[in-house]
Amino acid sequence: MEFFRISRDLPFMRYARTSVFLSLVLFVIAVAALVSRGLNLNVDFTGGTVIEVQFPKATSPSVVRRLLVTHHYAHARVENYGTASKVLIRLPTEATKSKALAVSVLRLITAHTPGASLRSVEYVGPEVGSELADQGALALLFVALGITIYLTLRFEWRFAVGAIIATIHDVVIVLGVFALFHISFSLTVLAAVLAVLGYSVNDTVVVFDRIRENFRRMRTGTTAEIIDSAITRTLSRTIMTHLLTQMMVLSMLFLGGPVLFGFALAMTVGIVVGTYGSVLVASPIVMWLGLTREDLVPRKSAASERP
Amino acid sequence: MNQYPWWKNVFVGLIVLLGLIYALPNLYGDNPAVEIRAAHGAAVTHATLVQVQQMLARAQLPYKHIGRVGKGVQVRFARAGVQLRARDLISQKLGSGFRTALALAPADPAWLRALGARPMYLGLDLRGGVHFLLKVDMHTALHKALVEDARALRKALRRHHIRYREARLDKTGMIHLRFRDQAQVRAARRLMAQRFTDLALMSAPRHGLHAVLTRAAILSKRRYALEQNLTALRRRVNELGVAAPVIQQEGHSRIVVELPGVEDIARAKEILGRTATLEIHMVDGKDSVARAVASGPPPGTRVYHDRHGQPILLDRRVLYSGDDITNASTGVDPQSGQPVVNITLNGRGAAVNARVTRRSVGQRMAVVYVEVQSHLKRNDQGVPVRGPDGRRVRVTRKIEQVITAPVIREALGGNFQITGIGSVRQARNLALLLRAGALAAPVSIIAERTVGPSLGAANITRGFYATLFGFLAIAAFMAIYYRMFGFLAAVALASNVVLLVAVLSILQATLTLPGIAGIALTVGMAIDANVLIFERIREELRNKNTPQAAIATGFERAMGTIVDSNMTTLIAGLALFWLGSGSVRGFAITLCLGILTSLFSAILVTRALVNAVYGRRRRLAHLGI
Repeated sequence: MEFFRISRDLPFMRYARTSVFLSLVLFVIAVAALVSRGLNLNVDFTGGTVIEVQFPKATSPSVVRRLLVTHHYAHARVENYGTASKVLIRLPTEATKSKALAVSVLRLITAHTPGASLRSVEYVGPEVGSELADQGALALLFVALGITIYLTLRFEWRFAVGAIIATIHDVVIVLGVFALFHISFSLTVLAAVLAVLGYSVNDTVVVFDRIRENFRRMRTGTTAEIIDSAITRTLSRTIMTHLLTQMMVLSMLFLGGPVLFGFALAMTVGIVVGTYGSVLVASPIVMWLGLTREDLVPRKSAASERP
Repeated sequence: MNQYPWWKNVFVGLIVLLGLIYALPNLYGDNPAVEIRAAHGAAVTHATLVQVQQMLARAQLPYKHIGRVGKGVQVRFARAGVQLRARDLISQKLGSGFRTALALAPADPAWLRALGARPMYLGLDLRGGVHFLLKVDMHTALHKALVEDARALRKALRRHHIRYREARLDKTGMIHLRFRDQAQVRAARRLMAQRFTDLALMSAPRHGLHAVLTRAAILSKRRYALEQNLTALRRRVNELGVAAPVIQQEGHSRIVVELPGVEDIARAKEILGRTATLEIHMVDGKDSVARAVASGPPPGTRVYHDRHGQPILLDRRVLYSGDDITNASTGVDPQSGQPVVNITLNGRGAAVNARVTRRSVGQRMAVVYVEVQSHLKRNDQGVPVRGPDGRRVRVTRKIEQVITAPVIREALGGNFQITGIGSVRQARNLALLLRAGALAAPVSIIAERTVGPSLGAANITRGFYATLFGFLAIAAFMAIYYRMFGFLAAVALASNVVLLVAVLSILQATLTLPGIAGIALTVGMAIDANVLIFERIREELRNKNTPQAAIATGFERAMGTIVDSNMTTLIAGLALFWLGSGSVRGFAITLCLGILTSLFSAILVTRALVNAVYGRRRRLAHLGI
């Protein structure tokens, strides 16, 4: 079976302005969402306490909230988690002074609803939280830097610039989705974002690799034509790979439960954005940066080639 | 022709076989177990083993296996309920000479364990339990050390007749010294350069000197405080009898404590904050121990017991306690060649020690280990007893044991040795015990996480099914889209999962939920290498290459691309590992190792399989791709 039996190269670069403009629009929306709404950072980063309680039957969060508010936990945020009988209680750091907090909250709840049981407690001190946020940002920076250096060494600086811009674009859009829909951003999601970073560059590299090869093999043709050919030839692989990875990620999204949900969502968005980012953002940038055959095929070695 | 040399096929086959063997233990899971050890590191005898066997048979508690593990005895059970009852029974019947602990013993067959194959360790999010991140209060630790230094400094100055007008420690950790004239300043400088190498000196106006801890001293004091706290916490957690606890350093001033299976957070916190200490008493040599045991000790004395249960009569007064010990290390007495424990006392301890030992040469001094333990009161069935208010009743007991009672040979000061300990191992234990007595610096809990066992089990199931269904979908799609080659790739992909799990098991990595996500993601990404290769082969076929040539060129051409593209993901993985902590680190490890195993499986295993199917056929007209 074969989906993509393409005989002629598709003129991707002719639409480069349009595709990059569309990306730019998405990028701006993502940045706007990040700036105006901010990431819904979870307890990993903000500090505080999260208590997950299993009730014997479906329970409305507002009932639990009312119970907590009348007992000095005025800042408690309560929501259902996964199923209607599971409830997640979040308490900000100020309320977390007492060490036995989770125990006293649970006692309060069991007194009200016998049979409720504690499923998990997470307490993160403010110091740890802000430190994790710093480390996360640092990790993003280092990965970007490491990849740029690697690509500059293996390819050429224009490729490194193209790849890193495309990748930043992918990551910002993933973050934007989390900000726009106010989805909880945890440490696991951050791990997924970093994985997206690696994955999306991975994809860009495959296209770049073909561009370089085409420059060496095809004696004629403009840069745009050569890039078109490289994208067309790798299109089948690009789509197949993403489809297959997406299958795994969707399986995690639907079957992995609430803990893996954020992770799988970040990956899902990342893979979709990464696919077109590598093709329709990274390659035009390389072209616009003025890549020519001479940058990849040194004159000297070309001259010394046997006739 | 596409043929690997025979050795290459054998190599690939062997690696996959090894992978299967080392991944296998993970299928068996764990058995709840009880471990029995002698209280002070001695070996448990066969008689004890038989005794345990009999008491379990009498109580009709079924067990799966009983046997020696190391110096102790391990009993494995089918269910956790039986394990708890058995533990209570055994610890009650065997008495205080033995320690019992709950453990999780891998249930894999003996031949696998003989090969060193062990299952992965499940993280707290999969197993359930409590996780604490403790912060050691380094400020207090350093300040405590400085207070001691300042006191010792004052004393040394006085002893050397250097008159000082002021010797004051301020809040920032600087010691302010002021002298009468420059001659005294010079004398002080000389003394301090010799004896107080931990302090860096600066001149100050009006015949003054300022002293602060050197960077090296600060670092070593911090390290010491952290190590001592780690040792103390480890001891405490061991006392708790938790199966497979994790107590490790994180960063420069933090300690991670993970207690799998523990749900009672309050109790766990209590144990971590518990105090164990040492007391130094004089041995009463005038009165008979036998008479004291028979008819009560004379006034001012008390009967203690050593670790062999032998009574010993001690003076009631505590000379100084473990809090006064600033360091304890093992060494060898250069004269006798016997192991010794070197002890360093703080100012107060040194002063008392000097005073007492000067007039007591020839007498004995006893080191007593004191600990207050608290545990749930259980009835005969091992069920916790509840009080009238519905809360579980706790009983506390004080453990007091004479560790050693050496003869004082000469007047002692702030540094002295304990000799006559016996073996090097005993000396090391004693030093550890002395250090572990008290926490060097206060600790505070800065993060904690509790995962209920049901949630842990649910997480495993979810993670497992998510990976399984994802894998099956990929395998099916590959087989349909690339036919024979796709099927072979799916087989190679399965070998990738097996190899990854095997490597993680060999490294004894901790499997967490993000770790499972990492495995799943690796599976999704590993197939990329195969897709790249197969697309190349198709392209070569389209270019009218012969099938055999297409296979060879396809693999060859795709190679560079595969390496380049994986390298970038590897960079991301390494950064994650470097900067992440806990579960994120688990994800990073799986991701990095997964890239390596996927390179092996996607390139070598797939190629070996393709060779086996197509490689021999000389006249191959058509490829199933």
